Amino acid sequence: MITSRDRMNFLNRQSFLELDARGRAAALFDQGTSRELVGPFDRVESPWLAIQDVTPQEDDGCVVMKGKIAGKAAVAVALEGAFQGGSMGEVSGEKMTAAIDLACADSEKGLPTSAVILLETGGVRLQEANLGLGAVAEVIASILTLRKHAPVICVTAGTVGCFGGMSLAAAVSSYIVLTREARLGLNGPEVIEQESGIDEWDSGDRALAFAVNGGEQRYGMGLADALVEDDTPQIADAVRHFIAKGVPPIHRSSQVELYRSRIGALDTSRQWDPNELRRAWGMNGSKEDNR
Amino acid sequence: MEQIEFDYPAKRKISQRAHVGVVGSGELEVLLEPGEGARSQVFIRTSVHGFQETWKAVLDRFFAKYDGLVRIQINDAGGTPGSVMLRLEQAVEVSEQ
Amino acid sequence: MSEFTGVRGTVWFRAFTGQATPMPGDPKSVLTADAPLGTDHARFLCVVPDPRARFPCARQGQVGLEEAYTLAARVREVMELDKNTTRRPIIAIVDVKSQAYGRREETAGIFLAAAAAADAYGSARLAGHPLIALVVGHAISGGFLTHGYQANRILAFDDDGVMIHAMHKEAAARITRRSVQELEKLGQTIAPLSYDIKDYAKLGLLYKLLHVENPAKPSDQEILKVKNELIVAIADARSKPIDLRSRRESAEALQTRKASNRVRAKMEEQWREA
Repeated sequence: MITSRDRMNFLNRQSFLELDARGRAAALFDQGTSRELVGPFDRVESPWLAIQDVTPQEDDGCVVMKGKIAGKAAVAVALEGAFQGGSMGEVSGEKMTAAIDLACADSEKGLPTSAVILLETGGVRLQEANLGLGAVAEVIASILTLRKHAPVICVTAGTVGCFGGMSLAAAVSSYIVLTREARLGLNGPEVIEQESGIDEWDSGDRALAFAVNGGEQRYGMGLADALVEDDTPQIADAVRHFIAKGVPPIHRSSQVELYRSRIGALDTSRQWDPNELRRAWGMNGSKEDNR
Repeated sequence: MEQIEFDYPAKRKISQRAHVGVVGSGELEVLLEPGEGARSQVFIRTSVHGFQETWKAVLDRFFAKYDGLVRIQINDAGGTPGSVMLRLEQAVEVSEQ
Repeated sequence: MSEFTGVRGTVWFRAFTGQATPMPGDPKSVLTADAPLGTDHARFLCVVPDPRARFPCARQGQVGLEEAYTLAARVREVMELDKNTTRRPIIAIVDVKSQAYGRREETAGIFLAAAAAADAYGSARLAGHPLIALVVGHAISGGFLTHGYQANRILAFDDDGVMIHAMHKEAAARITRRSVQELEKLGQTIAPLSYDIKDYAKLGLLYKLLHVENPAKPSDQEILKVKNELIVAIADARSKPIDLRSRRESAEALQTRKASNRVRAKMEEQWREA
């Protein structure tokens, strides 16, 4: 039953999804404190696209902004999902890695600097293949280094979601913030259908995609730290909340024995209803995370 | 990529640069900066070949109304004339904020 | 001969350790052993095909849920064992088809499993363990990110049975709507697209390319030679910073990754001003 307050809340919503990468990054910072680094006017574009008759973008689909969030030093790196599916190329990858490394250098010198990575991405940019894949490995390495000093927060709101190698980057982060419209997984429906057949995964089944990879499911399984509405103030709040929380005592991707035993307990003779894993591993998503 | 260049007369200097758009499929980005020299310059890179005349028509119409001295760069992945005009106008708006 | 065969991993694991068995309790798809390497006692890890793996989509040499968490556990084990002593080298022998593509995998969060392995490997490197990846066959996409790509130094054989790439040719051709021949042709002039390991070597990410006559059947002399290369790589890793900067500062990278270095220089300059 939709109450009039629900309707009012819906109308008051400021959609985060409607913002481009630049808008999303900017929205997270304290008013007047943010500055874009290596932006479009620096003209560092991909050296590999034009020769393949693919139009480059001057920021290579990656926006880096530095400033303050809740008064604390922070950098945001946002992938533009509308440009080449937010895919990682040489330049976009290096922008992200270099920004995270600089946050780490400042943190080591006594100014803890958090990183917020806004991931709308299908993973590696195929037009740059091995430089894209290498860039993903380097981003993961840099996150592992920074997260000892300051939290790394991944925000995926949709509609592209976070897939491919960058889902590993999300999972080594300190916290993951998802909306219901977001999806987070290693392999998308099309590539699973292609590699393992339509009986394994029908890529036309949209409900399946969200049932397995959707934000609500991931949060319900305990694989994400917050489930938020598509509302900019709410998302900015969630980011502030996790920056204030700081580095967790143990990162989820370091909890090997816990997840190894969970995988060991699974009955692999059949497919599972995703809800089974919600019940077995986590909360149902209606309570606030107490981590 | 097809590269197309145009230049147009200009009457006044502008002070602020602007960037609008995302190079999605059927989209374009526009970088507008204060120009140098006497005439405005437009540099287009597009993955859709063979539309030189269409580009000229849109830019002729744009510069008939706009007299700032600018350097405009366009990275295009198949924008329609309507969306090209929209982005140019948006860029002007941002540059005048 | 660029087809994935999944035999080279076992061959080289056995060559270095004298055995080809998983540790007690581990799935048959992950081989782990500690063996002498120069003056060190190194941990060797390898993912191999297990046709009877519990997960149907991980039976042909893919890195799936069990493989990823087992790797993570065995790497963290040496981190714990060595935390108050010399950090032993960790050698990832890589010949993996890809990550596992399946519904069970996505449902149970393979993205986190893969991350757990990358986390363990990367954390071991940051703790001072020299981490070396020896690519003896295929190293594709998520499989390589999970097992090997966090290494201080990457070595690879130079024959056409070795392939490092983001996606297999047929799949890449289908997605980019080109023929396999067209893809191969593109790779001849655009180094990051090439499927040829000698072109991969131009990108600056590789420490060394090694020549072995027949990687599926190495001679004792060749095994000794490769072991010595591993020892040299370990010493090099121990004498330099533990991050991955060598991948953009190598001679090859200074040629091919100019944009990366330009981006980093600009970012550093503007960061200070901000």
